[in-house]
Amino acid sequence: MAADLIFFALFLAGLTLMGMALGPWMARVFTGRARLLAPVERALYRAAGVTGRGQRWTGYAAAVLAFNAAGFVLLYLILRLQGVLPFNSQGFGAMESSQAFNTAVSFMTNTNWQSYGGETTLSHFTQMAGLTVQNFVSAATGIAVAVAVVRGLAARSVADLGNFWVDLTRATLYLLLPGAVLITLVLVWQGMPQTLAAGVTATTLEGAQQVIAQGPVASQAAIKMLGTNGGGFFNANAAHPYENATALTNLVQIYAILVIPAAFPFFFGRMVGDRRQGWAIFAAMSVMFVAVLLAAYFAEAAGNPLHAGITEPGVSMEGKETRFGLAQTVLFVVATTVASCGAVNAMHDSLMALGGMIPLFNMLLGEIIYGGVGAGFYGMVLYVVLTVFIAGLMVGRTPEWLGKKIEAREMKLAALTLLVMPVGVLILSAASILTGNAQTAVQDAGPHGLTELIYAYTSGTANNGSAFAGFSANTVWHNTMIGLAMLIGRWGYIIPVLAIAGGLAGKTRAEATAGTFPTHGVAFTVLLVVTILIVGALTFLPVLALGPVAEHVSIAAGQAF
Amino acid sequence: MISQLRPALVMTGAFTVLLGLGYPLAMTGVAQVAMPGQADGSLVERNGTVVGSALIGQSFTRPEYLHSRPTATDPAYNAGASTGSNLGPSSAALLAQVRDRAAGQGPAPVPSGMATASGSGLDPHITLDAALRQVDRIAAARGVPGAAVQGAILGAATGPAFGFVGEPIVNVLGANLALDAAGG
Repeated sequence: MAADLIFFALFLAGLTLMGMALGPWMARVFTGRARLLAPVERALYRAAGVTGRGQRWTGYAAAVLAFNAAGFVLLYLILRLQGVLPFNSQGFGAMESSQAFNTAVSFMTNTNWQSYGGETTLSHFTQMAGLTVQNFVSAATGIAVAVAVVRGLAARSVADLGNFWVDLTRATLYLLLPGAVLITLVLVWQGMPQTLAAGVTATTLEGAQQVIAQGPVASQAAIKMLGTNGGGFFNANAAHPYENATALTNLVQIYAILVIPAAFPFFFGRMVGDRRQGWAIFAAMSVMFVAVLLAAYFAEAAGNPLHAGITEPGVSMEGKETRFGLAQTVLFVVATTVASCGAVNAMHDSLMALGGMIPLFNMLLGEIIYGGVGAGFYGMVLYVVLTVFIAGLMVGRTPEWLGKKIEAREMKLAALTLLVMPVGVLILSAASILTGNAQTAVQDAGPHGLTELIYAYTSGTANNGSAFAGFSANTVWHNTMIGLAMLIGRWGYIIPVLAIAGGLAGKTRAEATAGTFPTHGVAFTVLLVVTILIVGALTFLPVLALGPVAEHVSIAAGQAF
Repeated sequence: MISQLRPALVMTGAFTVLLGLGYPLAMTGVAQVAMPGQADGSLVERNGTVVGSALIGQSFTRPEYLHSRPTATDPAYNAGASTGSNLGPSSAALLAQVRDRAAGQGPAPVPSGMATASGSGLDPHITLDAALRQVDRIAAARGVPGAAVQGAILGAATGPAFGFVGEPIVNVLGANLALDAAGG
């Protein structure tokens, strides 16, 4: 156990250093000082008719929506037409329409919820030209929005937030693509396939035929992690040995998930000219990360009391892979759900009751512990706005953040985003139960069945994409409703947060006085964490009590279902 | 929004070519030239026949072979359709399966890995501890000394990750190839 805890500490130190190193590079990229690929940029802008002029928040949001629409239509068409498109050596046909809708929404919104099994459904063309592209650009979209929000906070009385097309292009060319190339090479070196062959047939030592599916796995896995997408090449995702070959690929992929989200607070600190502001947010994220990591670790280390006497004491290996062991499994489980990644290296459905509650909890908070690329940071911005407002009420001062007054408009918009998770999770889950669609889809009886349902709608709304995969999500109802949840969860944050940033950009920046409540330092970090827990988590305590907590208590009493 | 249509379409098209075709095909080219063994799936050949992949587990049922973990794929170790059982911790079905599998593994309690299905259903490893428990059966079936079997197993073992995290593990296919090569 001591070794595992030392490993976690080293991991966190490494993540902090990477974030500190990448933050300044992002500041260079998004202020236009990285110019290595300027000719490529210019050619692209000319072809697209992009002037690069700054957009007000409405223009920025319209560009995001237009780009999402184009991406959705293209991906939907590829999924429906893959039967007649190239690189389809296994001869897969068209995907059914509700599933194609769900999948196209899923990859456009950076969710990568999968109601299909990759190796049995999709051609190599679909994986590359359809999914890999959205893995890049949905991530770049999230980054762009967060960058625009940071600009709004840093600006002094200007009306624009930057240009979406320029931010999108720079996020892709200067962050995601070079990172993905580097990670791909490490992954292939460690054994992950990168081939256009469909697969090979082996004759096993006992004489059986084993058909081994393959494909361009490493290139897709690299961006699926770096872009916090999470959509697997194979059904078993990063539990599949070809999609996560060794302990080292596991560690590299976990860092790939968290590096850009961890760099955002440092990028923000630089952009607003006060690095303490970034550190306060990074500290709040890290404190919560350590808490959920340890909670999940000890829940899993305890093992399954129902199997006592049959198997040796300690971690239950159901759904887990031997090469990762306890520490690397738990670290992945936590990393993939604090961010909006959703790749899995173990079957979350088979985690212990409380071990499975932690990923659910991470998502219900809105994925702001580091969070998804961009999405985590703008989610955190909303919590900071709330915290500043609450702090202002408590001490009787005008709420200010970075010298900008937080007023009724900002509060209304921030409060609106607080409704996104409850609507997507509770209302859509309740509708599924009332219409009978939940009961037919869950696999397990007892409280675990409720957790499977809640997890599915939480994963969709939080744009995570991981699953309690015993849940049969491939029905017209769930494909449609989870598709809807993903849209609410994406645009329900992006549009209000851009509106807030647009409003704040136009405000003058007052100098701090003795009456200003500081938004850095330990007091603020503590207040931020407390606000997140109270505002984000309280809503969901009843449903968590009925699902994972009830299951935990049942197991402790020796009850199986 | 209409004015954004042209950039939306052009950018989508350009990124599809660059990221959907250029990037994966270039990476495939580089990987195939620089690291062909890994890029083609770490296949293992014996006497010119592909007998499997070093990364993909396979089913072993005969007593003279080291046995892999249980699997949830259908049929066992189906490397064309990976899956876990996804049964929850309070599942009675899981409890029954664990009991059944453990019953065939000698005195209880057995290592958890040998009574549970992996996440992928294709786990190529078992823990060193779980492997050493099979030494006597394999040695008896092959009519060779236990030390020889143990040697083959240790030869296919790797230590804890990064030297200090977790337990030593054994690649099952690797151990079985070594056992066959040693004869008996």
